[in-house]
Amino acid sequence: MNLRGIWAVFRKEFRENLRDRRTLLSALVFGPVLGPVLVAALVQFGISRAETQSDENLSVAVAHAERAPNLLAYLNARGIDIVKVEFDEAQARAAVAAQTHKIILEIPEDFGARLQDGQPAPVVLYSDGSRGFERRGVARVRQLVSQYGIEIAQLRFLARGIDPISVLPISVQEIDVSTPTGRSVLVLNMMTYLVLLSMLFGGLYLAIDATAGERERGSLEVLLTAPVPRENLIYGKIGAAAAYMLISLCLTVTMFAVAISFVGLEQLGITANLGPKAALTMIACCTPLVLFGAAYLSIVSGFAKSYREAQTYLGLVITIPTLPLMFAGLLGLQAKTSLMFVPFLSQHLLLTTVVRAEEIVPLHVAISVISTVIYGAALTWIAGRLYRREGLLG
Amino acid sequence: MLEARGLSKSFGSVAAVRGVSFVARDGQITGLLGANGAGKSTTLRMLYTVLKPDSGDAFIDGTSVLADPTTARRSLGVLSHGAGVYNHLTARENIAYFGELHGMPAAQRAARAAELIELLEMQPFADRLAKGFSQGQRLKTALARALVHRPKNLLLDEPTNGLDVMAVRGLRKLLVQLREAGHCVLFSSHVMQEVEQLCDEVVVVAGGQVVAAGALADIRARAGNQQLEDAFVHLMGDEVKK
Repeated sequence: MNLRGIWAVFRKEFRENLRDRRTLLSALVFGPVLGPVLVAALVQFGISRAETQSDENLSVAVAHAERAPNLLAYLNARGIDIVKVEFDEAQARAAVAAQTHKIILEIPEDFGARLQDGQPAPVVLYSDGSRGFERRGVARVRQLVSQYGIEIAQLRFLARGIDPISVLPISVQEIDVSTPTGRSVLVLNMMTYLVLLSMLFGGLYLAIDATAGERERGSLEVLLTAPVPRENLIYGKIGAAAAYMLISLCLTVTMFAVAISFVGLEQLGITANLGPKAALTMIACCTPLVLFGAAYLSIVSGFAKSYREAQTYLGLVITIPTLPLMFAGLLGLQAKTSLMFVPFLSQHLLLTTVVRAEEIVPLHVAISVISTVIYGAALTWIAGRLYRREGLLG
Repeated sequence: MLEARGLSKSFGSVAAVRGVSFVARDGQITGLLGANGAGKSTTLRMLYTVLKPDSGDAFIDGTSVLADPTTARRSLGVLSHGAGVYNHLTARENIAYFGELHGMPAAQRAARAAELIELLEMQPFADRLAKGFSQGQRLKTALARALVHRPKNLLLDEPTNGLDVMAVRGLRKLLVQLREAGHCVLFSSHVMQEVEQLCDEVVVVAGGQVVAAGALADIRARAGNQQLEDAFVHLMGDEVKK
């Protein structure tokens, strides 16, 4: 082991890539800035939509409004703006399809008569179920209309001397036990995914440049004539890629903490734990991954015959470690001991725990850190073996 | 001193080098002459420890490249085909990097880089990034890099490829200086005139084998011709007939 040689290679790769715009952009700008901004924008968008949908008056077109003045007055008093129209069924369908009116309430001719006879009085509600944004409005109208029906029913019972309460044998009480922080899962899943991806991207171009790039430029051959064991050369290169990943990781987590603090998450009923202490814990949990990621990308690009080929491989390969994260999202996986042996997934689960302000289990952290470091060391060793091959020169 | 002893190397079913033996002595410039694909580069690559021979061995100042490649590398300066330099480092940094890889302390490699920059007249571009270098500037950088650790032996693979007349003259001057200083210089070329002007000894390879070796005069005499080019064609012809 030639430590001076490793150090020399590390310093040279670090410095050389500091002057490479492509490496710098991917390490310092793309991941660290775009990810947090994207998440913050999405959250902000969600907040403003949720606000307008619950507070704003809803506009509903009503055909033959004169047939149900009381119902309409009831709706009107509860935030529904009535637009009177004269449509038959076909016209109503066409108007909804063309979106000139989003929701149309039609009062049939016999509405008043049936209501007076004590028979179910029909109303017809037209909407386009494929347009997700209107579903909330439709539900609101439907709920108000049936609320009106229940009130009429109660008045009828009262008129017949029956306690209206007795005809409501069951009442459902909904209790949502999710903590405010727990509700942020969707946002947070995306956030940890972006943190890990951005970390890998930080070292991507250095890994390509130091292996496939160096071979393509013809400098590898001379480098191999230096009195430094071949595997030590790649150790230095992996170290430099890992350093860039670490920088990218720190920046991304910091930027997330800053971006989230600007977004009014509380209005969504979400409080994310992203103070300085949480951010530092997140960085500490992910740091062992940089060796794993750097060795992994260096091995793959070491097989590529050219810079472009390496770029093609890595574009695909970089997503593989993050696949378990998608399953975690789909299956709703929780942190448990056995999952701490899976790199990337264990970091994702730890990060989620931290952001949800839940207790992290020291054993989990220990297993995650130690196993990831072991995998990273093993991959580095494999990279060293690959660098001893003659085929390396292409 | 460099010595190749029965070097052989195959790539798949193609035998690139078949039992090449020769000696390149200190204080001499030895030319490895051959047509394209004759096995010159493969031979050099085995000598400078990048390729492992299938059979045979090579000795750098008596050190076997098979048994102790790291020691062998310490006394080797290499200019590879194409002279790849690092584009995002300056010429000076390119040189110093190899000094560092050879274990030279910071002050020493800085002094040596300055010395080489002066020797090779690289002052105008020494502190510019190599990105925009001309072929000649790249070659000088690569040469300085090869010489940074004062190697006893210098191996150059087709060093004059793509150079203009002035650059070739500069290179020639440097190689003569190195010879006077007692270095062992071995370079490969397919250009007869170059070899004729510079070399004390010539090793002619064809089809992966040495077809003639020795002082220029001897080779001419052996082929019964005065011009090296004619001798060369004559020797090649023999090889083809075989």
